[in-house]
Amino acid sequence: MSSEIKVILKEIGLPKDTVRRAAIVCYESEINIVSYAKKGQIVLHADDRSVEIEAKDEGTGIPDIELAMKEGYSTATAQVREMGFGAGMGLSNMKRYADDFFISSEVGVGTYVKMVVFNLDLKLHPDHPQWVETYT
Amino acid sequence: MTLNDVKDILEAEVIVGRDQLGKEIKTAFSADLMSDVLAFAKTESLLLTGLTNPQVVRTADILDISAIIMVRGKKPSEETVKLAEQLKIPILSTKYILFETSGRLHRNGIVGCIEKVGGE
Repeated sequence: MSSEIKVILKEIGLPKDTVRRAAIVCYESEINIVSYAKKGQIVLHADDRSVEIEAKDEGTGIPDIELAMKEGYSTATAQVREMGFGAGMGLSNMKRYADDFFISSEVGVGTYVKMVVFNLDLKLHPDHPQWVETYT
Repeated sequence: MTLNDVKDILEAEVIVGRDQLGKEIKTAFSADLMSDVLAFAKTESLLLTGLTNPQVVRTADILDISAIIMVRGKKPSEETVKLAEQLKIPILSTKYILFETSGRLHRNGIVGCIEKVGGE
């Protein structure tokens, strides 16, 4: 799915860096949903300023978010690890690549993550009509 | 150097992307953990790995990796080959172990896409 998203975001004309970071956080979200949930949904909103990614799932939930955010901490199954994931880098990667990161979770119910990736090229141009609205 | 030079240095077999051997290669990243690849690899690098599943190709695609080198004589699964063809990501297979593969490329001028983690 993230491969297709990348193509769409490129078509919109977002810069490479924005597309790459949005694709990475999307991909990590995808892996988390597949690894820990029965059902999940990723919703994207994109315009020329930013990409907003919301990942919501009905899954096991996270008992201790602070611990789960730590690099290297993971509860992944052997099957997930065999594929090269589950090294405890997912959530920290999402936070690393997103400009804005929000997470909430309830054990046995599911997890909600919202991330925003800015088009940082716009930030370099204060004369852009949307500059004031977005970055002050 | 080009991907074709990489192929020669590693005595590698080209499995996908025979038409892309002219690609210029400057940097590389070695890992068997896709999570680490996502955390540290940079655009347009080579990815050296011992993993062969389709997730390797997906990860390479997300990061705009130039080509995948499968080490220790590993060959991609059929599903992996199909996906790589579709996403136009070259896959080469070498019999050298990961350490040797990395060393041979480094000796010939390929450097790590980052030198070490943190405080880049």
